[in-house]
Amino acid sequence: MKARVTVTLKNGVLDPQGKAIAGALAGLGHDGVTDIRQGKVFDIDLAETDEATARARLEAMCEALLANTVVEDYRIDLG
Amino acid sequence: MKAAVVVFPGSNRDRDMMRAIEIVTGHAPVAVWHGDTDLPPVDLVTLPGGFTYGDYLRAGAIAARAPIMTAVAERAAAGVPVLGVCNGFQILCEAGLLPGILMRNADLHFICKPVRLKVETADSVFTNAFAAGDVIDCPVAHGEGNYRCGEATLRELVGEDRIAFRYVDDLNGSVDRIAGILNDRRNVLGMMPHPENLVEPIHGGLSGRGVFESLVDAALEVTA
Repeated sequence: MKARVTVTLKNGVLDPQGKAIAGALAGLGHDGVTDIRQGKVFDIDLAETDEATARARLEAMCEALLANTVVEDYRIDLG
Repeated sequence: MKAAVVVFPGSNRDRDMMRAIEIVTGHAPVAVWHGDTDLPPVDLVTLPGGFTYGDYLRAGAIAARAPIMTAVAERAAAGVPVLGVCNGFQILCEAGLLPGILMRNADLHFICKPVRLKVETADSVFTNAFAAGDVIDCPVAHGEGNYRCGEATLRELVGEDRIAFRYVDDLNGSVDRIAGILNDRRNVLGMMPHPENLVEPIHGGLSGRGVFESLVDAALEVTA
């Protein structure tokens, strides 16, 4: 089973990298960008075939390592 | 005083830490590899600076899950002093031994220079050789030293006198100018500045010695 985990900064957490990227885009003439938040995407192949079990295991992986829930949220998409 | 220095792939201040400990305490520390599962009987465990695992995922995130960290957590729970400097501080936060997280410096720059540091509490085994309010010069060298935590955690840190060091001037965007914090038992200290790089005349100052002298004093008290 394939899964995609998306980790993003929580609302309100300062993202200096996103700001720098927005600034660079503006420098290239791409105006009208009002905000950018940088995140991470993990494409994961699982041996598990049961969807509920896979989701539970991915949640455990997010909590254990993939996200730092002090400042980050995560989303799990199976497909 | 016996000390252990945990060495991870990508540690780069481990030799500095070992030298500083030997100079101040008179005893050479033991280097312990991250893949080991046991620590020798010691009075101090240190996690040195560096870029463990290339800062992959998040600074300190992979090192915090290394086999040796179970033993480090057990010693911390048993009351043994644990000192994490720079990347060591990041590892302690990622391991859950200290609250919060160190994020990218607010101005995105890697900052490598001496800074003015205020000792906020002398009430710990790491700071008892100082007086609260002392201002020392101490080098920093980090790209991810921007300390962040939830509001409730910050209230606890302030209310329980667990902020060990603050930057005199804002350096990297850290909330409340935090440079170093203690755990609730006050036996785990994480700090971004490098006291181990200010212990010999050639370093340009000796004020980093206070951290190690404090630990020696604390170890003597335990023995006595």
